[in-house]
Amino acid sequence: MATLTLSGIRKSFGATTVLHGIDLDIAEGEMVVIVGASGCGKSTLLRITAGLETPTAGTVRIGGRDVTPLEPADRDIALVFQNYALYPHMTVFDNMAYGLKIRRMPREEIRRRVEEAATLLGIAPLLHRRPRELSGGQRQRVAMGRAIVREPKLFLFDEPLSNLDAKLRVQMRAEIRRLQRRLGVTSLFVTHDQVEAMTLGDRLVVMNQGRAAQVATPMEIFANPADTYVAGFIGSPTMNLLRATLAEGGGAATLAAGGSIPLDRPRPGPAGRALVVGIRPEHVTLGGSLPMAVELVEPLGSETVLHGTLPGGEAMTVRVQGPAPAHGGTLPVSLVEPLHIFDAETGRRL
Amino acid sequence: MNRVLAERPLEGAASENDPALRASRARQRRGRWLAHGILLLGVLIFALPIWITLVGSSHDVNTIGRGEVPLWFGSHAIDNYIAAWERGGSAVRNTRAVPAGTMLWNSAVMATLIAAGKIAISILSAYAVVFFSFPGRMAFFWMIFITLMLPVEVRIIPTFQVVVDLNLTDSMAGLVIPVIASATATLLFRQFFLTIPDEYVEAAKIDGAGPLRFFWDVVLPLSRTNIAALFVILFIYGWNQYLWPLLIITDTSLETVVVGLSKMIGRGDAQNEWNAIMATAILALLPPVAVVILMQRWFVKGLTETEK
Repeated sequence: MATLTLSGIRKSFGATTVLHGIDLDIAEGEMVVIVGASGCGKSTLLRITAGLETPTAGTVRIGGRDVTPLEPADRDIALVFQNYALYPHMTVFDNMAYGLKIRRMPREEIRRRVEEAATLLGIAPLLHRRPRELSGGQRQRVAMGRAIVREPKLFLFDEPLSNLDAKLRVQMRAEIRRLQRRLGVTSLFVTHDQVEAMTLGDRLVVMNQGRAAQVATPMEIFANPADTYVAGFIGSPTMNLLRATLAEGGGAATLAAGGSIPLDRPRPGPAGRALVVGIRPEHVTLGGSLPMAVELVEPLGSETVLHGTLPGGEAMTVRVQGPAPAHGGTLPVSLVEPLHIFDAETGRRL
Repeated sequence: MNRVLAERPLEGAASENDPALRASRARQRRGRWLAHGILLLGVLIFALPIWITLVGSSHDVNTIGRGEVPLWFGSHAIDNYIAAWERGGSAVRNTRAVPAGTMLWNSAVMATLIAAGKIAISILSAYAVVFFSFPGRMAFFWMIFITLMLPVEVRIIPTFQVVVDLNLTDSMAGLVIPVIASATATLLFRQFFLTIPDEYVEAAKIDGAGPLRFFWDVVLPLSRTNIAALFVILFIYGWNQYLWPLLIITDTSLETVVVGLSKMIGRGDAQNEWNAIMATAILALLPPVAVVILMQRWFVKGLTETEK
């Protein structure tokens, strides 16, 4: 167990910069999830932490020790790969024991650790099998086991669930979380799936184009997204983002779609300042002055998602409990609380 | 394919008396006869020369000397094989005759060393080219690749000069070392190594395995089937070496069987001992066949159980 500190991590491949200075502090035993769209640099950040890539600038510290110049094997970490990377010609036991054998650990100790981890993961009966004789979920467990037997200071997960089917993914997600809590090992988990991120992380790092857009707890990010990117990325269906301008005095916003809405507290700036007003689909209330032309109704059983457009052509999504309300093609809606107000130019929360 | 179609129970189809069913069965039967006929013809074309050689090796020297081509065994098989194996023929006058036993041994050692040497050298150079980045990596790869375009005959004079300068003529080393470098095998191993996922390399890095350890523990076991396949091809290539041994070996104790066989034919005025020649030819056939049969089991097994 240890802390992980990344400071000023930059990475360029030739002329393209993929990481623009990332700072991150992970406390002992904490699980932090890096989430972002593909190409945002999240995997590169993980690989730099693992030592598989060298940063262009910045330092990586594990447990206070600067490990930036060290080889992956000397960093006391374990990495779970997306495609598991189990050696196909070795049995499950050998796969899990390989790293320990190289470290010249006594045979008895290796056997004890592997058997312990296998029991913990419920793969003890599979120890003599080859990876190709295992199902996806079992391979995933073996990959976890290979990480656990090392008893590392830091677990790194590189989208380990994305090769599993939906049902297994949910199951393994819970299992990883339980295991991580039980072992108390500091962990860094990379995923592009926001649900995975929300459920797994003590804290999330939402990455956008090589920058950390926001680092906070899942609920904090959900309740107070730092910018329009985070607002649109976290939450499903995604938050409605509507163009608006600041009214005189800053106490209200005038929507491009028509109508004016009061703000919870005045925002600074001259009248006419361009804003983006965000509201989550579940917070839109039915009945009001905004006419939404409904285009698609998705009944999900306990709730219904309505997709439509506002006057002016902006897209709008509404989530209502129960079946879809009767409508004649146009549904009046209103935006009340909680509203998220962003600056239209910078995208930052106001 | 035809067998499968014919044997499949036609459930729910009409009864045995259905004319359409009978017609389609007849067609399938005709197709099978035709296929087997063509296959048999192929077998005959390939097997006949070997049959004639095998039969010829069991007659006395005069039968074939008279110009007969016997199609059934004679009574001298055992004598002929013993004579060929121990003395290289029965005629006392043929002073250059080398016993087939010696020649087979020389050929086997040469072919094994060539195959093993080629595999060892090429797997290591392919490993270097694929898994390491060093300046001039691609230049080295292309240099290896380009030598593919130069057949042995083109570089035989400089190679001969080098071997003479190193005093390696009339030695097993001189026979084997110059033919060991192999662009083909390097290329094949390179293509195979490119299919090994990067994650294995990274997993090994995190496990703390160094380059040689990774080669030994991961790359080599994964290459088993490729090595088996290449060994078969390269062993036969080595076994069939003709021009190079002919040039470099004058000592009869190092004579290889392919060269020795050709020397047994048309030596001076003496009558060719066709029975001994054919017995030697049959003996020369056996080791490559044995290698193919032995290794085939290996690499078919490897091909059927895909490991990636």
